[in-house]
Amino acid sequence: MRNLLGRWQTWAGFGAAAVLLFGLAPVVLSEFRLGMFAKFLCFAIVAVGIGLAWGRGGMLVLGQGVFFGLGGYMMAMHLKIADAQLRGDAVPDFMQIAGIRVLPGYWAPFASPLFTLLAILIVPTAIAAALGFGVFKRRVKGAYFAILSQALAAALAILLVGQTSLGGSNGLNRFQTFFGFTLNDPANRRMLYFIAAGVLLAVLAIARQLMASRYGELLVAVRDGEERVRFLGYDPANIKVVAYSVAALFAAIAGALFAPIVGFIAPSQIGILPSIAFLIGVAIGGRTTLLGPALGAIGIAWAQTLFSERFPSEWTYAQGLLFIIVVGFFPAGLAGLGALFTRRRRAQRPAAAPDPVPDPEPAPETAGARL
Amino acid sequence: MSTELRPVAGGNVGMGTEYLEVRGLTVEFDGFKAVDGVDLTLFQGDLRFLIGPNGAGKTTVIDAITGLVPGTGSVSKSGVELLGKKVHRIARLGVGRTFQTASVFEKLTVLQNLDIAAGADRSWRTLLRRRAGVLPAIDEALTTIGLTALADRPAGVLAHGQKQWLEIGMLLVQNADVLLLDEPVAGMSAEEREETGNLLRRIGAERTVVVVEHDMDFMRAFATSVTVLARGQVIAEGTVAEVQANPKVQEVYLGTAAASGIEDTP
Repeated sequence: MRNLLGRWQTWAGFGAAAVLLFGLAPVVLSEFRLGMFAKFLCFAIVAVGIGLAWGRGGMLVLGQGVFFGLGGYMMAMHLKIADAQLRGDAVPDFMQIAGIRVLPGYWAPFASPLFTLLAILIVPTAIAAALGFGVFKRRVKGAYFAILSQALAAALAILLVGQTSLGGSNGLNRFQTFFGFTLNDPANRRMLYFIAAGVLLAVLAIARQLMASRYGELLVAVRDGEERVRFLGYDPANIKVVAYSVAALFAAIAGALFAPIVGFIAPSQIGILPSIAFLIGVAIGGRTTLLGPALGAIGIAWAQTLFSERFPSEWTYAQGLLFIIVVGFFPAGLAGLGALFTRRRRAQRPAAAPDPVPDPEPAPETAGARL
Repeated sequence: MSTELRPVAGGNVGMGTEYLEVRGLTVEFDGFKAVDGVDLTLFQGDLRFLIGPNGAGKTTVIDAITGLVPGTGSVSKSGVELLGKKVHRIARLGVGRTFQTASVFEKLTVLQNLDIAAGADRSWRTLLRRRAGVLPAIDEALTTIGLTALADRPAGVLAHGQKQWLEIGMLLVQNADVLLLDEPVAGMSAEEREETGNLLRRIGAERTVVVVEHDMDFMRAFATSVTVLARGQVIAEGTVAEVQANPKVQEVYLGTAAASGIEDTP
């Protein structure tokens, strides 16, 4: 009965979200705002992964920019090659300016759309898995893991700034087409928005299944008592690697969508600051819930655009303050506040749920015997 | 032959059954020998109490057997060497333990706690699916530890004693046949102690149970055999009466155990 109701609620929730994303948003938002909203959806996709790894798994992933960047750059490389091929050039425009006449070897495979898509799905996930095994098997956790992941984001950003064949600090930009569709056409940009919305729903569905499964329960157990889980016969490293890799995959997909939607990908999008910015929305929305991270990420990004248009410098302070208040006083985020209110309201209604009666003494002859 | 199986000294099933054999176990921390050449032989159906003054190395013995701290010597469970294996491998071989402070997963329900304990050998396919229904073994464990009515409550709201029982229940569904319990009745009321003792008797009949305990009344009431540790070494072993009569034990306990001292038999 409760199960059936839960299932109905889930479908209703996904239905409402689909109506909102696919029906309402394209109608009420201007073309410009819809493009911005599509960008926010990319952040939301990253946030869902962070919610899984940090909220449920207790891994403070301070370097999701790495995977976001990997996905974004791989997609951008393909778009640049495709544009160059359309013009009949051997190399993308920025390389011509830099004096590079031959396409570097590591660019070549990204001419294939299929290779690009597979690489976006596989490479960041595999890197996260390898990294996770190395780190978690050695029992690196807590602040050490956070610092390590952040250092990685800083290192990748610095590495990319120095790569002329990847656009240096400008990154890759001015994409003309997306798998054959010109990006100047508003209809095609709208299609990109729909793809982002669809991916967000899919990512939420995957995260939901993971959280509700036995694996999800185990992940929470690892978060709250990693050593205890070991004594039950599990290797917690394996459990953590899965959540970390899934979070990396989500970030990579978001990055791959971000590049064509926003029109550029650059080291400034993947370093320490953007990596921390991913976390703020998750913390404010409620990191242990399914929807909290996604809604928090969208809300923060939206507020940022809204306020920074008017008060560019004050917003940074306000954002920092909000982060401190939430982490310090409402660790469960806004979702936690909502849960608190419903609990209060329930508590006001007396005798809603009577205390269960304790068990009678078990029969000593039968109980505990192994059959 | 009695129909009811009870723990007795030396085990209740004779040779050729499950056993845990500790030989020359030594644990060193920076040159200090916390455990120094400990020998223990435990048979199925023996409810063994491990006692000794503070710092005698009781918990360290359990830590070494379960792989938490590295030790030298030999620990074999029915012929399989445990020393040097990883914590989760030892757990899978059927050695379970509890901790001085109950360490159940407080955010998860009683049922979820037990389900996790029962699932170390699940495949990824099973893991990625939802829990459906209650495994018979878990249902049985819930009855044994008396928490059936609280199955859907978060473990964090349980009373102190109930948390310890849940820990024991987790060991049962984990299918451990060697149970190492570190001060299971610390902080319990007299009534809870009584219930815990009866619980240990019930589950101890078909398993090897080692209880580290400070509470001498509890030990006297439920132990079938006792090992006394002092300064990392075994100084006496035998039945409760034998150990109590041992002058070495009396010497070690003189003054240190005061009111609950071993020689002031009620």
